[in-house]
Amino acid sequence: MKQVKNDEAFVAFERVQKSYDGEVLVVKDLNLTIPKGEFLTLLGPSGSGKTTCLMMLAGFETATHGDIRLDGVSVNNIPPHKRGIGMVFQNYALFPHMTVGENLSFPLEVRKMGKAERETKVKRALDMVQMGDFAARRPAQMSGGQQQRVALARALVFEPELVLMDEPLGALDKQLRETLQFEITNLAHELGITVVYVTHDQTEALTMSDRVAVFDDGRIQQLAPPDELYEKPINSFVAQFIGENNTLTGVVQEIGADRCTVRLDSGDIIDAMPVNVNAVGDRTKVSIRPERVEIDKTRLQPGAHTLKAEVLEFIYMGDIFRTRLRVAGTDEFVIKTRNAPDQVRLTPGTQIEIGWLAQDCRALDA
Amino acid sequence: MAEQMMAADGRTLKSSLNRALRRQKLRALLLIAPLFLFILLTFVIPIGQMLFRSVENQIVSETIPRTVVALADWDAAVDPVPDEAVFRAFAADMMVAVEERIHTRLGSRLNYEAAGISSQFRRSGRDVEDMGEEVTEQFVALDPQWEEPATWTLLMAESDWITEQATAEDEPAFVVSDAAREALPRTADIYADFARVTQNINEDSPTEEQPWHIVYVALYEDLLANPAAQLAAAPAGLLAEAGAAVSAFTAPDIRAAFVDSDEGWGETRTWQTIQTYSPPYTASYFLNSVDLNQTPDGIELAPENQRIYVQLFIRTLVMSLTIMGACILLGYPVAWMLANLPSRQANLMLILVLLPFWTSLLVRTSAWKVLLQQQGVINDLLVWIGLVADENRLTMINNATGTIIAMTHILLPFMILPLYSVMKTIPPSYLRAAKSLGATNWTAFWRVYFPQSVPGIGAGSILVFILSIGYYITPEIVGGTSGIFISNRIAYHISSSLNWGLAAALGTILLVVVLALYWAYDRIVGIDNVKLGG
Repeated sequence: MKQVKNDEAFVAFERVQKSYDGEVLVVKDLNLTIPKGEFLTLLGPSGSGKTTCLMMLAGFETATHGDIRLDGVSVNNIPPHKRGIGMVFQNYALFPHMTVGENLSFPLEVRKMGKAERETKVKRALDMVQMGDFAARRPAQMSGGQQQRVALARALVFEPELVLMDEPLGALDKQLRETLQFEITNLAHELGITVVYVTHDQTEALTMSDRVAVFDDGRIQQLAPPDELYEKPINSFVAQFIGENNTLTGVVQEIGADRCTVRLDSGDIIDAMPVNVNAVGDRTKVSIRPERVEIDKTRLQPGAHTLKAEVLEFIYMGDIFRTRLRVAGTDEFVIKTRNAPDQVRLTPGTQIEIGWLAQDCRALDA
Repeated sequence: MAEQMMAADGRTLKSSLNRALRRQKLRALLLIAPLFLFILLTFVIPIGQMLFRSVENQIVSETIPRTVVALADWDAAVDPVPDEAVFRAFAADMMVAVEERIHTRLGSRLNYEAAGISSQFRRSGRDVEDMGEEVTEQFVALDPQWEEPATWTLLMAESDWITEQATAEDEPAFVVSDAAREALPRTADIYADFARVTQNINEDSPTEEQPWHIVYVALYEDLLANPAAQLAAAPAGLLAEAGAAVSAFTAPDIRAAFVDSDEGWGETRTWQTIQTYSPPYTASYFLNSVDLNQTPDGIELAPENQRIYVQLFIRTLVMSLTIMGACILLGYPVAWMLANLPSRQANLMLILVLLPFWTSLLVRTSAWKVLLQQQGVINDLLVWIGLVADENRLTMINNATGTIIAMTHILLPFMILPLYSVMKTIPPSYLRAAKSLGATNWTAFWRVYFPQSVPGIGAGSILVFILSIGYYITPEIVGGTSGIFISNRIAYHISSSLNWGLAAALGTILLVVVLALYWAYDRIVGIDNVKLGG
C-alpha cells in the first residue's frame, strides 16, 4: 500500500495559524509537510479547520501567522491565480455559460496557449476521464458524476503539480462515489501529481490516501497512513472518529513497556497496550475495535483477563454479525463477527465471556 | 387500430381523463376569473378605447352630415369655394348643432388641422340663426299662415301624432309624415331635426314654435324644384299659392351671409379641411404624432417650428437609454456588494436601497430641485470648493441633466434588486475556480462572473427602460423644456389641449415602440435570459 516517497517537502505548512475574527483560532499551529506525489487527505468533522487549510494553500485565505511553502517557495504573497494549483470543488463549479470544451480550454486560454495546442490538451484531458464525447455539452446537460469528471479534467488540463480537492464527491450517490474514488486515486498515481484531498468521510479517506491527517479543533490529531490510523490511533478522538470503536474508562493499575492493566470503573481488570498513559493512577479511555473482541476463550493468550458480558441484541448484517453486549456497566459494547459457517449466533440474554489480545486494546488519554 | 383503454367504469380511459382534467381546468379558470375580469374592465377595455380614439373621427360626419354629403362632389380645383347648395346644407347642420351646442366641439376638432377654424364656428354659430330671414319674411308676406307653428305641424306631422298630441298629457315624439317626406323632402328633413331639438333640448312643443329660417329656405328650395307639390293635410291652397309664388321670390344668399359672418368661409382652405376630415376614420392623429400633416394636397411635413414629436420621441428614447446605462453603472457595484456581504449586513443595506420607496416620489423629486438648482446645495458646494466660479453656476435643473439625475436616482432600486437576486445565486466558488485555473481577478470577473450576471442586467434594464420611457412626474417637475418626455406631451393633450385623439396616437406609438424594443431584445438576448431571481 505505502509507496516509497522522496522526503522532500513539496508542500510545507510551518507554524501556520488562522483566525477569522481575531478571537478564535480556527487553525492552531499547523505543521505539515507533504512530499511530491503523495495523496494526502485532510479528514475531520466540520469546523475542524481542514477546509481553511485547503483554502490557505489555494490562496483564497491568508494565514494569520506562519509560512506556507510550495516547492520551497513561500506562497504567502502569491495570489491564487499565480500558484498554479488545480482545484476541484464540491459543487463542481463548472462555468454554466460555457460548454465542457470551453470550460477545459479556459485555463489554457488564460495561459495564452495556441488554439491547436489547446484543443489537443482538452481532448487528452477529457479522454483521461472518459468524457471525450461530451466536449460540446453544457454542464447543466450532464449528471453530477459526469460534471465532476469534467471538473477533474479541468483541474488537470493545465498540468498542475498540486491538485486540491474540496469534498469533490460529497454530492454524489454512494455507488458513483466509490467508482470515482477509485478513478481519482488511479489518475493521481498515474500522473504523479500531489493531491490534497479534503473530506469528512472516513471510508473515503482510508481507501484513497497515502496518508491521512485527522483534524480536530484546529489541530492535526494524527497524521498517518490509513492502516496505522485505524489500528493504532494515538488518542481517543482519532479512535472514536475512525471506524467503530468500543470505549471503556478506568484507571491504570500496572504499566509496562507494551503492556498495562487497567481497572475499569466497574471494578473489572483488563489488559491493554499503553499508548497515551504514562504512570500508574492515570485515568484512561481504552479503545477496542468491535472485530478484535474474542468470544472464544481458547484463542486468547493464557492468563489474559476476560470480562463477563450479557448479549442484548443480535443483528444480522449479511457479511457480518453485529452483537450488542452489556459489558462493565455499558450497554453500547459492540462486537462484530464474521458470517462464517462455524460462527455461533448469540441469542439475547446469553451470558458470555469476552477478551482480547492486549495489543488490540489501546489505553488512550481520558 | 389500437384497442382503446377502458377505465374501471367502462368509459374509455381518454374520456375519463378528459373529464377529470376538465374539472381541474374549470376550477383554475374560476380562480383567475375575478382578476381577469378586473384587468379586462380596468385595463384592457379603457386602453383599447383610448387607442381607438387615435383613429376615430366620427365627429365631423355626425355633426354636419348634410354638409359632408353635399361636399362630396366639390372639387376645389374647379370651384374655389363651394356653391350655395353646400352653404345651405351647412347652415342647416349648423343650426341643429348650435341648438345642440356641439358646434364649438367640431370647431375645436378642426382647429387641430387648420388653426382659426374654431373661431369661425363660434362666430357663425351666433349668426346662423338669422340666415334666410328674408325667405321667411317673403313667405309670411304671401300668407300670414306661414308664421303659425300650427300650419307647420299640420303640414309635416303624421296625422296620428296630431290626434295623440291633442289628447295626451305628455307630448309624444314628433313624427314626420311619409307624404311630407315625399312632397317636400328637404323641408321634412330639416323640420324633423327642428321638431326633435325643440322637444328634447328646448323642452318646447313644435306646435308652439315657429320653425328656423333655414326651414323656410328648405321649403323655398323644395317648391322651386317642384312648384306643384301637394299635401293632403295642408290648408287649402296654401302650398299651391306658395308654389306659384316662389319663382318670384328673392333668392336667399346663405353663402354671402356666412362670408359676411366670417371671411374664413369664403376661403378654399376651410372647405378643403372639412372635406379632408369628413371620413369617420382618420390617420391624421398618427401623422401629426410624427410631425406630418394631412393636407388637401396629400401628406406634408409640418412647418419647421411645429415639428416637435419626432424629436421628443428620440429624446425620450435616448434619455431612457442614458438613465438605464447610468443605473447599470451605479447599480452593478452596489448589487455586487450586497450579494457578497454576510446576510445580516446585506439585509440592512437592502433596506437602505429600498428606503427611497418609503418617501413620496414627489418629495424625492422636489428634493432634487432643492439640491440641483443654481442657488442650491450642490452649486453652493462647488462654488465654495472653488471648482465653479460664482457667476458660472451650473444649470442642472429644468433641463435634461436634471431629468437624468433625478430619474436615475428614482429608478436605481429597480436595477439593483434584480441584479442582486441574480448575483445572489452565483456561487462564490465560480470565481475561486476561475482564479485557481489561472485567471486574474479581472479575467475571472469578466469571463466567468459577468456573463452569469447578464440575466440580471437584462431584467433590470428592461424594468428601468420601460418605466422611464413612460415616466411623467419627474420630467414634469425637473425637466423644464429640454428635459421633458413624450409622456408629458401626452398628459398635456389629455388634460390641457383636450386633443385626446393626438394623445391616443402618441400613446399608441409609444406602446408600439416599447413592444418593438422588447421584441428586438428577445431576438438578440432572448427573453428567457431575463431573471428576476432564483
